[in-house]
Amino acid sequence: MTFLRIEKLRKHFAATKAVTDVSFGLESGQVLALVGENGAGKSTIVKMLTGLHKPDSGAIFLDNQPLVFSSPQEAWKAGITAIHQETVMFDELSVAENIWIGNHPTSRFGLVQWKTLLDQTNLILKRIDAPFAADAPLKNLSVAQKHLVQIARALTQDARVVIMDEPTAALSKAEIEDFFRVVQQLKSENKAIILVTHKFDEIFAYADTYAVLRDGELVGAGKIQETSSDALVRLMAGREVGALFPKTQAVQKNTMLEVKNFSHPTEFNNISFSVKSGEILGFYGLIGAGRSEIMQAIFGLNPDATGALQIDGLDVKIRSPVDAIRHGLVYVSEDRQHSGAILEMSILQNISLASLERFGVWLSRKKETDLALPLAEKLSLRAKHFDQFVAELSGGNQQKVVLSKWLATNPKVLILDEPTKGIDVGAKSLVHTLMNQMVQDGLAVILVSSELPEVMHMSDRIVVMRQGRMVAEFNARKVSAEEIVAQAAGVLA
Amino acid sequence: MNLVLKNYRREAVLFVFLVAALVVVGMISPSFISLKTLDAIWHDSVLLLILALVQMPIIISRGIDLSVAANLALTGMLVALLSKSNPSLPVLVLLLAGIGIGAILGAINALLITVLELPPIVATLGTMSVYRGMTYVVSGGQWVNSQDFPAALLEFPNARLLGLTHLEWLSLLALFLAWLMWHQSRFGREIRALGNNPSAARYVGVLEQPRLALLYTIAGAVAGFVSVLWVARYAIASTELAIGFELQVVAACVLGGVSIAGGVGTVYGTALGSLFLVLLYNALPVIKISPFWQTAIVGVAILVAVIVNQSAGKRVGKKILREVSP
Repeated sequence: MTFLRIEKLRKHFAATKAVTDVSFGLESGQVLALVGENGAGKSTIVKMLTGLHKPDSGAIFLDNQPLVFSSPQEAWKAGITAIHQETVMFDELSVAENIWIGNHPTSRFGLVQWKTLLDQTNLILKRIDAPFAADAPLKNLSVAQKHLVQIARALTQDARVVIMDEPTAALSKAEIEDFFRVVQQLKSENKAIILVTHKFDEIFAYADTYAVLRDGELVGAGKIQETSSDALVRLMAGREVGALFPKTQAVQKNTMLEVKNFSHPTEFNNISFSVKSGEILGFYGLIGAGRSEIMQAIFGLNPDATGALQIDGLDVKIRSPVDAIRHGLVYVSEDRQHSGAILEMSILQNISLASLERFGVWLSRKKETDLALPLAEKLSLRAKHFDQFVAELSGGNQQKVVLSKWLATNPKVLILDEPTKGIDVGAKSLVHTLMNQMVQDGLAVILVSSELPEVMHMSDRIVVMRQGRMVAEFNARKVSAEEIVAQAAGVLA
Repeated sequence: MNLVLKNYRREAVLFVFLVAALVVVGMISPSFISLKTLDAIWHDSVLLLILALVQMPIIISRGIDLSVAANLALTGMLVALLSKSNPSLPVLVLLLAGIGIGAILGAINALLITVLELPPIVATLGTMSVYRGMTYVVSGGQWVNSQDFPAALLEFPNARLLGLTHLEWLSLLALFLAWLMWHQSRFGREIRALGNNPSAARYVGVLEQPRLALLYTIAGAVAGFVSVLWVARYAIASTELAIGFELQVVAACVLGGVSIAGGVGTVYGTALGSLFLVLLYNALPVIKISPFWQTAIVGVAILVAVIVNQSAGKRVGKKILREVSP
């Protein structure tokens, strides 16, 4: 009998049909991979399972008992717990306090029993082989170790179902392996595990079954052994992969950016490369390979870096982003919310923000509009009005605002750091179309991406980095995925 | 129109409050609603308004200047002593002296905040005590009284030009300059960007330290300018000059919808906030509320206005959370 079962679960928000009549089941001691593009409804299902959303209709059965949650606490007590990358944790508190927050064991006077707390925590940490102690301050832990803290938190409540939402997004290869060892441990303790992930290697290595969502509906489910990554991708996207990455060839001209011997005491060493006008240079590497760090250094954000730069044939010194923008080099950062869009400012003010220098002291709405309008049209930005706050836009449209902002500066070299991370399929292919257009217009583009298919399809050449060094350079037309991954991971192919 | 209402919701709410307060006071005491009292309230609100108009961008930049009243006291005392020893100095020179001294005191704040990287609340809390303490030192605890000031200085704030007092004209000038600076200039836009998202501002090449240094120096200069008007208007320079006034300045901003978290605030809101605060102080005695109650009632009114305002502004900014699939 199926241990966890959801039946015809439905949740609609006004016009958005987030989840429509989805049913699937999961046995204890098994891992189910819940896959789908962004916006497919995965998070909504997770939220219904953890009591954050109330289903419009349908039911959840655990061990054949129907469950209705009116709060996350009830789901937690029933034994369903989720591990999110963005779960709020308390940096200034200890591991033990984070694990027991809200459930501190207390004496009869309501005082926290610190000894019990620490002892119990250490027991749990031992169970998952965590390499840190219960009284360690959380702020000293790595991202991977913080995930373990969340798992430990799940174990305090004797969780029966553990939901992991993109647990390895920020982890290095070694950390991922450690993490999945813990997952295996949970399996052997007969927990039912739902793994929400985009990473196919993880799905095929660790999952037993899968369920694929598209536009809020279940489009496929079954045993992992009976499917392939191609089949899953086709289910997720509802179309062939090739269509996602339309690549057109642009004419390559003179060298636009020449980077010579860039080094940093701890982050990267002896990096030299060049990009031509009309060329897309891909940068691939595992997380922590130093790709973003080198790009930020080129952009003038890292004063400790040394090296020489030529832009359009001229030697330039870049000490801050101001210099970089003046010389026509711009960097679109990976972290859109934190260092990209300014949410509580209007679309217009966001787009003109990097170009204010050319206005002089006083701003003019007309000049700002003249600057922004052609770009907003070119990028088919969907918004009610230029004065709308960026906070009100969808992720894809926010990304378009950020791109417009940088294109408004008339750059010669554009560095895109994970430009399609966390945006939906439609917006993604638009970003790719735009990249094609930019190189047609003579820009030199550097694409930093962790998504191998994206790097392989969009780039002309690919640089592979590992541990702060450039380890290989390939012609993108003449290289296989295996060769690239082998170099990135340091495995001899 | 709809969009204007949406983006200026806080200001609209405050405006309704202001009119409602006037109506209520007018119903209890009809004589209050006269050109004469409105003129008096306006005249009375100017010094607060000017100070609030420079506190606003500071709060927008995620900072605060608590030393503003102490700066005002020290500069006011120094200018008063200068004027006492040189009675022939014209008002313009005294105003320029005030601006100069105030700017130096503001620059000290700027130095602490940008070079030594102290949090603004700590830096200005420190200089608040230092400047106030220096007021005692330079004056030896003595007051400068009305007979020590030249008549031209004492007349200056209240004299009328085309029916309006000098202070009232100055408030119009201040509003225009503030609108120009904080809404129409690159500097103002960059300050707003910094307050909204410091990291994103850095990425587009906004140099945080020079901008903040300029901002706190301007704030000091404006406090110095206001100090001369203050001394002239109240015809006294004492060690207790404007004591605690920095909190009224901050309250006027907050009332006006300037978010203490940074990034949000307008000249219009700040102007309404200052007017509202002064209206309260002036109206309560008129409607026969015991002076013992007044401060507490003003406090409650501030809290109510801010709570209502906050709920009005709540819809905006909810998406600070990361975009997740629905």
